[in-house]
Amino acid sequence: MLRFAARRVLLLVPILIGLSILVFLFVRALPGGPETALLGENATPERVAQVRELYGLDRPVYEQYVSYVQSVLSLDFGTSITTRQPVVEEIARRFPGTVELTVTAMIIAVAVGIPLGFVAARRYGSWVDNLSTAGSLLGIAIPVFALGYLLKYFFAIKLGWFPTQGREGSLMFRNEHPTGFYVLDGIVTGNPEAAVDALRHLILPALALATIPLAFITRITRASVLEVTGEDYVRTAEAKGMTRSVITRRHILRNAMLPIVTVVGLQTGLLLSGAVLTETVFAFDGIGRFLAQAVFARDFPVIQAGILFLAVIFVLVNLLVDLSYGLLDPRVRTR
Amino acid sequence: MTAPGTTVADAVPGAGAGTPLLEVRDLRVTFSSRGRRPVKAVDGVSLDVAAGSTVGIVGESGSGKSVTSLAALGLLGKRGVSISGSVRFDGEDLLGMPEAELRALRGREIAMVFQDPMSSLNPVLSVGRQITEILERHRGLKGQDARDRAAELLVSVGIGDAVRRLKSYPHQLSGGMRQRVMIAMALACEPRLLIADEPTTALDVTISAQILELLRELVVGSQTALVLITHDLGVVAGLCDQVHVMYSGRIVESAPRRPLFADPQHPYTTGLLASVPRLDQARGVPLLPIPGSPSDTLPWAEGCAFAPRCSRQVPECLGAPPALLPARGAAGGPHLVRCVNPVQDGS
Repeated sequence: MLRFAARRVLLLVPILIGLSILVFLFVRALPGGPETALLGENATPERVAQVRELYGLDRPVYEQYVSYVQSVLSLDFGTSITTRQPVVEEIARRFPGTVELTVTAMIIAVAVGIPLGFVAARRYGSWVDNLSTAGSLLGIAIPVFALGYLLKYFFAIKLGWFPTQGREGSLMFRNEHPTGFYVLDGIVTGNPEAAVDALRHLILPALALATIPLAFITRITRASVLEVTGEDYVRTAEAKGMTRSVITRRHILRNAMLPIVTVVGLQTGLLLSGAVLTETVFAFDGIGRFLAQAVFARDFPVIQAGILFLAVIFVLVNLLVDLSYGLLDPRVRTR
Repeated sequence: MTAPGTTVADAVPGAGAGTPLLEVRDLRVTFSSRGRRPVKAVDGVSLDVAAGSTVGIVGESGSGKSVTSLAALGLLGKRGVSISGSVRFDGEDLLGMPEAELRALRGREIAMVFQDPMSSLNPVLSVGRQITEILERHRGLKGQDARDRAAELLVSVGIGDAVRRLKSYPHQLSGGMRQRVMIAMALACEPRLLIADEPTTALDVTISAQILELLRELVVGSQTALVLITHDLGVVAGLCDQVHVMYSGRIVESAPRRPLFADPQHPYTTGLLASVPRLDQARGVPLLPIPGSPSDTLPWAEGCAFAPRCSRQVPECLGAPPALLPARGAAGGPHLVRCVNPVQDGS
């Protein structure tokens, strides 16, 4: 297992190098470029040349790349054009919010999706199965922003059960945020009220965000459990007289987990990097909304750092998925 | 001759004195799924297995031999399956037994070895775990005791370096090794009946011979009765006391090993024998396959199911199902045949 893990981690090196090259080229291929962003469309050639020199854009591409990599390694991503704050700080301040949102959404999706898919498979063809199939289709088909507004309208505005937007209540401005994860902050600073408040702010956006992963997890669990249930080794376990619960846990679920873990991992990666719509609907100050705003403002330092950051997060989540594969399946780790 | 539509009661193959260990009576299994015609996989099978004996069930794919054993153990599932008849193990009715009791019996009193050792072992559990779990379940052995016993079992099926092998996963073992593990698992609780369903079909010829030899050593002559399901008469020839030949869900001929090979009477049995390659045959003599395929059958209610493929068909074959009756030259003996025009000696 250790050798398997080490090899997987080493494989990250070429992936990250490739990634940095892609992000570097991608930003340079954008129409307009930073000089237009800074100076507008009608800048004089002299001013453009000045700016290009200032940012090193007049130097050969490989030199630009080397200095880019150097600044990335020293975590120097420059300052945001719109907020005039260091990009690293801006991202570090917002990422915990997105993580909280993603984790809450994935807990909902996994806690509902796996049991639902499992029951659907075991009662294949029954009303539970049909309902879960219809529900999954609906979950995938309904646009997230539409669902977000619906949830907000009913549960926040009409019923008033949950706050409508943001990450914490307006009366909570004195809360301390040592970690940036607001629920955790409330707990570690001995302020349960703040933790509950932060959690209440998470519920609606997390529900909206959970629908698509929930639908995928339900479908894949159903398919995977159905397939494994028909395997010869499940019949062997039956022939050995093993109890129903042992067969379910040890023989069916353990084997069915492999594809489920893949989907959970991929969906987590997607949510971490792409909760733009949900974060916007609920004015939730996370990384997706921040990046979307940066794109509209042509805030190049933020865009460049943000893309690289999210890509690295995605790669790391995938590494975790691979490692969990090794834990679950001996064929992966001992090959 | 019997009038069309009536049935002569079948004799029971394998029946002897005393209560048999396994007693199957008129077992019928029908698979039905929506929008398709129901399939009668087993169509009235009766047979007895005496304690400690070795019985072969032979037939082509689709003859119902595997379904017979799976149905007897309640391993067919419930959806779209209807089972009738009776299966008694040591006097107890298996078909009507509550699920929990049947589960407690399976693996302890009756064990099974399946055809494909590649897919019959759980890929994510170590071999040791798969053996210890059955010891835990039925013998209450735990921890080191269970592992020690599992290692003994591996040694008994001829796997060296057993302690290390317990930690192996199925994909690290060869096909023959895996089948040895399956056998070790099946014999873990010293069952009174072992059902081996095509145990050598997925293996190389040499490995297959070793596995049969292993079954002979461990089972034949022991307290454990063996039901060997196979399509290969050659496998049966070396091992079995009594042989039942199945066709289209029914037993068509049943005999002790010697009479079956010396004096086969059902045309299907002779067909099977003629299609087995033999070393003492002159070179260049072609094998004689049975014409047609198992799908060219007649429903038993309309006559002999084998009639459409049979070279000895006579008008009496059609109309009513032939009964399973004592064979010529074996009045009242254990040789039974279901044929109105059985094969004469030498023809």
